[in-house]
Amino acid sequence: MFKLSIVSPERTLFEDNVESLIVPGGEGYLGILSHHAPLISTLKVGEITFRDTGKKEISMATSGGFIEVSDNVASILVDTAEFLDEIDLSRAENELHRAEELLNVTVTAADHDRAIHSRDKARNRINLVKKYK
Amino acid sequence: MPTPRDIRKRIRAVVSTSQITKAMQMVAAARLRKAQQMVEQSRPYSEKMRLILEQISSASAEVEHPFFQKREVKVRVMVVFTSDRGMCGSFNTNVIRQAVRILKEPGAENIKLVLVGKKGEDYFRRQSWPILKVYKGLQGRMNLEVVRNVTDYLINLFVSGEADHVQLLCTRFKSMVSYKLGIADFLPINPPKADHVVTRQYIFEPDPKKIFDTLMPAYALTIIQMALADSLASEHGTRMIAMSLATRNAEEMVDTLTLQYNKARQGAITKELLEVVSGSEALRG
Repeated sequence: MFKLSIVSPERTLFEDNVESLIVPGGEGYLGILSHHAPLISTLKVGEITFRDTGKKEISMATSGGFIEVSDNVASILVDTAEFLDEIDLSRAENELHRAEELLNVTVTAADHDRAIHSRDKARNRINLVKKYK
Repeated sequence: MPTPRDIRKRIRAVVSTSQITKAMQMVAAARLRKAQQMVEQSRPYSEKMRLILEQISSASAEVEHPFFQKREVKVRVMVVFTSDRGMCGSFNTNVIRQAVRILKEPGAENIKLVLVGKKGEDYFRRQSWPILKVYKGLQGRMNLEVVRNVTDYLINLFVSGEADHVQLLCTRFKSMVSYKLGIADFLPINPPKADHVVTRQYIFEPDPKKIFDTLMPAYALTIIQMALADSLASEHGTRMIAMSLATRNAEEMVDTLTLQYNKARQGAITKELLEVVSGSEALRG
């Protein structure tokens, strides 16, 4: 068991003890258990899953951020993250649609990256909702 | 001497004004609470972020990032945070006065302005200083979208070399009645010092440099967000005070007017009585 806190620039999303944690690290998914070695990693767009002390598995969709682990405390800084029931499927589908359209018209590399990022974010949300339906 | 009717009209006007100021005071109080909450809630994020920054910069001796780059200052950008709406006492006047003071300093000819808030725009539109961009429409609420846009824009200015030094002129919320007005450096960012923290042997994934590259924009974002949150809290705090003063003044005014009204009314009655009495006296005579 270790302490997990998930914070976004707006608010604290979760703060409690958990049994295990899986995050979308910059180099691939990472599993974290108690007494993990000190770690700092980036997070990609993906799914954060943790098992709370009641062995219940909880999933969130994130659009990336950072994780810091030390002294049996894991802190996740996310740009944005939503619990499954917070995801608005129709909105995500609209986003996906818009991002795909944007991809076809963008010229600069920065715009392209941004469009890809928002496409991935939308896809991630949709996939997650479908996965747990 | 105003007639009782006139006075009654004025009393009604003052009462309705005081109702408005009272309502504005309540709204400002609610918004202030929200803004303060915002500051509180975003604190864990920015603190953690700072910690990670410190850890990385102490882990890898040479931290280099475009945001740290100090260079000869040819163009300075000053971001001025004002409110969209007025009725907040001296809040905007103070900010603008300070901005003008800085703009008039010797060597300030290279300053360009980025304005957040409509009041700043209203003033500086009529002045000769160059304005790069205006952000408005916040309506006294925190808006992360706007924060992102402002941050991206400023970063772009700095990285592309259009600006060599970016500063923020904004208020720091201290308490309900006081705030501190100050100018803070935004870009280049001073690399955080990690002398006082215990450095641990962290595993970095991917390498520290890559983490840094993704971390810095997020860090810049939190700086702007904090500045805006502070500015909003100060705005609502000042507005609340200004409106409660206005309400009190209006109440005092109603009191004096009521007194005047009663006197005038009594005077009129006395006059009428006198007329009746002297009239009947004359008849009897």
